[in-house]
Order: sequence, then C-alpha cells, then structure tokens
Amino acid sequence: MASPAIQASGLNRWFGEGEARTHAVRDVTFEAFFGEMLYIEGPSGSGKTTLLSMISGILRPSEGEVKVEGRDIWALSPDDLADFRLHKIGFVFQDYHLFPRLTTLENAAMSLVMRKMNWDEAMDEARRYLDVVGLKDRAELPPVKLSGGEQQRVAIARAIAGHPDLLVFDEPTASLDGDTGRRIVEFVRKEILTEERCIVLVTHDSRIFEYADRIMKMEDGRVKGFEKGHARAE
Amino acid sequence: MKGILRVAYKLIVNDRAKFAALLVGITFAVFLMTMMTSMFAGVLGKASSTVTNVGAKVWVMDPGVNTVASSIPMPDYVLDAVRSTNGVRYAVPLYSSAALVKLANGTYQAVTVIGLDDASLLGRPNLVEGRVEDLYGENAFAVVRDSEYPKLGRPKLGTEFELNDHRAVITGIAEVAVSGLFGIPTLYTTYSRAIQYIPSMRFTISFVLVEPTSREAIPGIQRAVRALGYEALTAEEFRDKIATFYKYQTGLGTNVLLMTVISFIVGLSISGQTFYTFILENLEKFGALKAIGAKGSVLISMILFQATFTALTAYGLGIGLAALTILAAKARLPSYAATVTLANLGTAFVTVVIIAAISSFIGVRKVIRIEPFEIFRG
Repeated sequence: MASPAIQASGLNRWFGEGEARTHAVRDVTFEAFFGEMLYIEGPSGSGKTTLLSMISGILRPSEGEVKVEGRDIWALSPDDLADFRLHKIGFVFQDYHLFPRLTTLENAAMSLVMRKMNWDEAMDEARRYLDVVGLKDRAELPPVKLSGGEQQRVAIARAIAGHPDLLVFDEPTASLDGDTGRRIVEFVRKEILTEERCIVLVTHDSRIFEYADRIMKMEDGRVKGFEKGHARAE
Repeated sequence: MKGILRVAYKLIVNDRAKFAALLVGITFAVFLMTMMTSMFAGVLGKASSTVTNVGAKVWVMDPGVNTVASSIPMPDYVLDAVRSTNGVRYAVPLYSSAALVKLANGTYQAVTVIGLDDASLLGRPNLVEGRVEDLYGENAFAVVRDSEYPKLGRPKLGTEFELNDHRAVITGIAEVAVSGLFGIPTLYTTYSRAIQYIPSMRFTISFVLVEPTSREAIPGIQRAVRALGYEALTAEEFRDKIATFYKYQTGLGTNVLLMTVISFIVGLSISGQTFYTFILENLEKFGALKAIGAKGSVLISMILFQATFTALTAYGLGIGLAALTILAAKARLPSYAATVTLANLGTAFVTVVIIAAISSFIGVRKVIRIEPFEIFRG
C-alpha cells in the first residue's frame, strides 16, 4: 500500500447545544491511501456525509485532526483552505450541481476557470476530460439535455479536470438507476483511480461494493469496522 | 478573475427570462426618471427664455417677482436711481406683458410683447428678415420665428393684424436661442409703443436691464438697489430664482421628485425581486462552487458583476429610449419642452447604481451565508 493520502484522528462532530446537541461523528480515526478506493458505508444518519465533509475541508470538526498529504487542513486559514480544496480535492456531489445555463464543456471547465486558467486553455483541457468520460460529442449541450448518468460523468470530468490528488464522491449512484450507477463507478475504478490518487466514496448502495478496495462501515457516528472490498479481494 | 466573470456573465445572460425581466424593470425605471427630469429641465429652460434671449447681465426688479411673466411694474425713478449708481455703465427699461392679437381670419391669439428701450433697443433678437431700424416705424413689431410662430398664421414682412385693437405691422422676423414656456408667440417692439398699446398701471417698467462697468461692480450695484427696496440679480441668479419658483412653489418639482421616487421603487422592486430569485435558483450551485474552492470574494465579484452589467445595460437602454422619445416628440411637437442634461443622466445613473447595489447586496448576503456542507447534506 502507498503512503497515506488522508489521516483522520479522533474526529468528533456535534451539532446544536445543550439537550438539542446531536453527536453526528464520534471518535473516528482512519487512514486512506493513494491508489485506494475507500468506501464509507452505513445507513442514513450514520454520519457518512458529515465525515466526508470534515476530511474534505468543508466542515470543521468539533474535535480531532485531519491531515491530507501530511498537512493539517484545519490549521489553514479559510482562504488557504479554499485554495487547498480547489487544487487538491475534486468533488462529485450527489445531485451533480451543474449550472444549467452553461454548456457541458463550461461546467467541466469550472475548476480550471476558478484556478484562473486562460479561458480557451481551460476549454481545451476540459474537452480532453470530457473525452475521458466519453462525452466529447456532448460538449456544447446544456446539462439538462443529458441523462442522469451523463450528468454524473460531467460532474466527474469537472472534478478530475484539475488533477486533484483526492476525489470525494457523495452518494454517486443515489440519483441513478442500478445499471447506470454500476457503470459509472466501474468507469471511475478503471479510468480515474490511479496510484497517485485517492478516492473516498460515500454510499449505502451494496451493488457497487465490488469496486471498492476497502469499505469503512459506520453506524451512529462510529466506525464499526473495515471490510475488504471485492476489488481488493480479487 | 476574468474567466470567472465570463462565467458570471453567461449565467445571467443565458437565463433569458430573468435577464429580460431585469432589463425591462431597470430600463423602464431609467426611462421614466430621465423623461421626468428632462421634461423638468426643459420647462425650467423655457421658463427662463426671456432672460436668456435678452441677454442682460443684471436685472433689476421688484423683490416679489418670481418669473419674467409675473413682473411687478416699477416707477420711473428706479431707472433714474439705477443709472446714477456707481458701477453702472448704462441701464435701460424693459417692458414685458401679454396682449391679444386678432388674426386675419378673425380669431384671437395671445402673445407676449416685449418692449425694448427706444434709444438702444438693448436685448433685441437677431433679425433674420427685415432691418432693426424698421422697428422705429409706425406700428412696427418684430415676430419671433420659433415653434409658436405658426399660431400667428406664419406672418411675413408687411403682414398686418390687430393688437389690443391697435394696428400692428410686422417689420422684422427674428430668431431667439430659447422659445417661451407658455406656448404663445413673442413680439418685440419699442418700449414706448408697448406701453401705448397695452393697458397698464401707473408704473410701467417691468425690469431695468443693467450693464455694469465690471463684474466686481455687481455686488455694489446689488447693495444700492436693495437700499431702494428693489432687487438686482445677475442673469444666472434670476434663472435660479425662476427655477426655485417652479421647483418649490408650483408643485412641479414635487411631482417630478415623486415620479422619480416611484420610478426608483418600481425599478428596485422588479430588479431586486428578479435578481433575488435568480440567486435563490442558483444558490446550491454557488454553494457547490464554494465547496469546490471558490473564495467569498470570488462569489461576491460574480454577483456584483452580474448586477452591474445588467444595471449598466439597462441604463444605456433607458437613456437611449428616453432620447429617442424626446427626439420623436420634438419632431411632432416643436414646442415640446424636454432637455436631457448631464444632471439628468447623473441622477439616473446614481439611481441605477443604488438599484444594482441593493439588488446585489441581497444576493451577496444569501450566497455568503450558504454553507458548502449544506450542499453535501442535500
């Protein structure tokens, strides 16, 4: 196994105060490695998304530490943290969050444009990633003209366009039918995961477990254990 | 930053329904504001037309006078006193009043008659037909060829008509810089003929026109005239006094102010609400951008750019529409009083900037407050 991409230790997160306080994540410690596809699995309300938010620099933990590539991300200033997310992390959201008024190509180029890359260069680069996800011929269409699976692939193109070391997927198959969901994750496993990249994927869809290296089981905010994914078992 | 502003531009422009609603709202507000303030500026310009056309540097009048048309006759000694004041190079009387002209077809037409000093004809208009000295001829009048000229049946040199039951002959056709406010033709004649033809009170001098020896002499002249119980105003001060009268004592200014405020509220309501809806519809996307790594300053610049771009485009459209409307109205109605001034443009611009600022403030507040975590949580 390669070096750790993520080192989370003693992570706790609660919301609210007093009697209304909810403990969403409790004492979570784990590592995720480069070249690994790690699933966070558990029932609704088990703290998966809260944990994903904390390790990707979006939600500050109430307690604990998150190191990405050895760097304590929560010690960074808000602006530095935003820069860190922009350059190091690629996000794929459950509902894709593509801009309907932009073309597929412009959506895919979003993180490059945000990195202040020249517009034409960003479009050329994004076109290459649309090619990777098999949507080059759909570049000029608005996302609403695409199917759910295609929109998910545009979101993946947007996430990988900036060559991030860490990719986080939030329930990538939740809005897709079974076959499309499997194809998307299979594609991610085969085409996107590299030895220099770590993918953390939140899901409770057992149909895609075959593509995981490890599956971290969560319940009531706690890590209940790790299972080897089918990909690793092979 | 350039690329992200291009994204902001595409987001607002490609949302055609909202962009159109924003443009219509602000354009309409700018159009209304510009039309109202331009009409007001036009009215004020025409209300001071005699002051502009006569061109005297200092005007002496009764302190109760608010406009040229509402002159209060002064006794002759005022003219003598002014002439003997230090700093006065020369001073002449001016008569201004209304009269009735009976046209050849038997109809009556109200006119303004301006009586110029017999000796100097100071304040005479530029004659485009006829000779100045012909104004000394029997029953002689010069008519101003402006937008009201057709109301006298387009008289030519030698045309005769009755003025207050006296015979009058056109001996000159003149042009002036600004035509009058009240939509009636203007005739020029000598002072003595004017007071002979038009019934008047014991006192007959409407204004005393003063040529000072220098600009520095004017304050001294004003003090001396004030001591007489009258008022001496420079042409600029007199125009200001007329403007103040129309602004604050006729209700005209209040109406214009009200319409401007209403236009502002209409523009703000439409654009504010539409822009807020636009932001709400894209809020999750802005949140996603924030999650991906957009700093608050980037999102603020996107929203400010969208609001500014929309507001300035609508400002240009509104001003253009107002200018076209005024041009069209002037082509059909030569006496139409509307002038687009720099102050009008500035007022509309400031208002549009405020509309854009308030609209974007609402959007910025919403976007800054969204937590990227909410995007993950769905």
